[in-house]
Amino acid sequence: MSSLARIILQRLGLGLLTLFAVSLIIAFVVELLPGDITQAMLGQSATPETVAAFRKEIGLDRPAHIRYFEWLGGIFTGDLGQSLASKRDISEFVGTRLSNTLFLGGLAAAFAVPLALLLGLLAALYRNSIFDRIVNLTTLTSISFPEFFVAYILILFLSVKAGIFPGISNVSTNLAFGDQLFRTILPALTLTLVVLAHMLRMTRAAIINLLSSPYIEMAHLKGTRAFRVIVYHALPNAWGPIVNVIALNLAYLVVGVVVVEVVFVYPGLGQLLVDSVAKRDLPVVQACAIIFAAVYILLNLLADIVSIVSNPRLLHPR
Amino acid sequence: MLKLLWTAPLSAKVGVLAILAYAFVALFAPLLAPYGETAIVGSSYELWSDKFVFGTDNIGRDMLTRLIYGARNTIGIAFLTVAIAFFVGGTLGMLAAILGGAYDMLIGRLVDILMAIPSLVFALLLLTVFGTSIPSLVLIIALLDSTRVFRIARSAAMNVVVMEFVEAARLRGEGMGWIIRKEVLPNITAPLLAEFGLRFCFVFLFIAALSFLGLGIQPPLADWGSMVRETATLINYNDITPLLPAIAIAGLTVAVNFVVDWMLHLSSGLRSDSH
Repeated sequence: MSSLARIILQRLGLGLLTLFAVSLIIAFVVELLPGDITQAMLGQSATPETVAAFRKEIGLDRPAHIRYFEWLGGIFTGDLGQSLASKRDISEFVGTRLSNTLFLGGLAAAFAVPLALLLGLLAALYRNSIFDRIVNLTTLTSISFPEFFVAYILILFLSVKAGIFPGISNVSTNLAFGDQLFRTILPALTLTLVVLAHMLRMTRAAIINLLSSPYIEMAHLKGTRAFRVIVYHALPNAWGPIVNVIALNLAYLVVGVVVVEVVFVYPGLGQLLVDSVAKRDLPVVQACAIIFAAVYILLNLLADIVSIVSNPRLLHPR
Repeated sequence: MLKLLWTAPLSAKVGVLAILAYAFVALFAPLLAPYGETAIVGSSYELWSDKFVFGTDNIGRDMLTRLIYGARNTIGIAFLTVAIAFFVGGTLGMLAAILGGAYDMLIGRLVDILMAIPSLVFALLLLTVFGTSIPSLVLIIALLDSTRVFRIARSAAMNVVVMEFVEAARLRGEGMGWIIRKEVLPNITAPLLAEFGLRFCFVFLFIAALSFLGLGIQPPLADWGSMVRETATLINYNDITPLLPAIAIAGLTVAVNFVVDWMLHLSSGLRSDSH
């Protein structure tokens, strides 16, 4: 087996192992509660009979390891259990929620990635110029903004004052694609602004790091033109760090989506998660958590693999 | 220190001034606020006037008063959380660097797994189980954040532990507490201090986001994140009142980031970045 395939398989195995450990934590977090989740949910005034009935209903009367394996087996067969609040099967409604969230995240990535790469590259090339200083100051500022601040500013200017986009993104599956896109623009724009600054700063740092290496200086010294240095000398080595930056930020985006979905009342997985936490609907929270964690781990794994594959020195460790 | 500050760039000076202003407001909130923290003094959503500078909120409490008390609650809770995270994560990190071996492996793997779960999702899961009270909020976020501190403290301490003076202290027979406090800690204070600023920003925004979602600091306590949530509908009537607490949050994080940026620049010295 080639060393490349072996490394990728190794990382995949490690990722699966992490996911397994995470699923253990998510499943057993309930056991951390002193007393019992039923007590906490039903309140102090609940009679022992109702507590016992409720425990039986959600299956808490059986041993923990059996419950865990049933839950894990259920995930693989697409059965995520039943919601405590609505008594519906979680897999019934979680699918459309997930696809809505992925649509929003994908749209935001489609805006943010090209923009961040372009601006980051420019800031690195013209570093310490006025342009670079402005970029540095604005990104530092916008990193510090809470997501809901960006969201409400966009609502105020683009929705309330200018009336271009709707301030509430009530998408549903029976909408035409164009209509759905139109209603998703504002949340996607918010996410873009939130993630852009991070991505831009990391791209800039990665490229500056590269441009200071001796072989680039050599290329400059032998009289190669700046454009040629970038395209033929710097870029082949820059792809690794750049893709790494993208994957890391997409992972960040997956989580950043939660607050933005609540602001825009966007029917995604994040909103479902927040609603379920407020209702203390544990099975739904666990299902959402494992999905979010899986996507997050997958994207981080991707970043890891890409940075190894694109770097010969990591590919052939001594 | 003051002399050093004099040579700082403008952004860092502005940052320090802003942080001092926030600290002043937080400390002297009862003297500065025109009304009581939870007092209902008017009807709901009153407009800006001489009596209520920024109007009133959804149940008729004075916005300015709530903003001033919010400084105390929001900053205080975030600061406490980061302090706990640094105490736990920093101690464990330095221990891992000094002891090495099985202990280092064990804690390291545990931290890896905890960090594999997105922290917002993990926090929401834990809040579902433990409920949304301030002690559980502080402890949960401190636990999640201490993993990041652990990594920084461990890698910074790694470089110090191999020095001769630590070896000498060990051979002298000094205890673990002495080595941590007198040998390792003074040598990793600078990177830890910059990290403290960054972690504070992160935790501050994190708590604000949770409060905004209605899962963080609970009413009737004044808090900037929940204030945005409570007055959010006003934005649809072209009223910028909900943005005020958000601006207060953004202002502090921007200020801290400016100062941290300068500190990082100082500690990194004159790298290739500067020519």
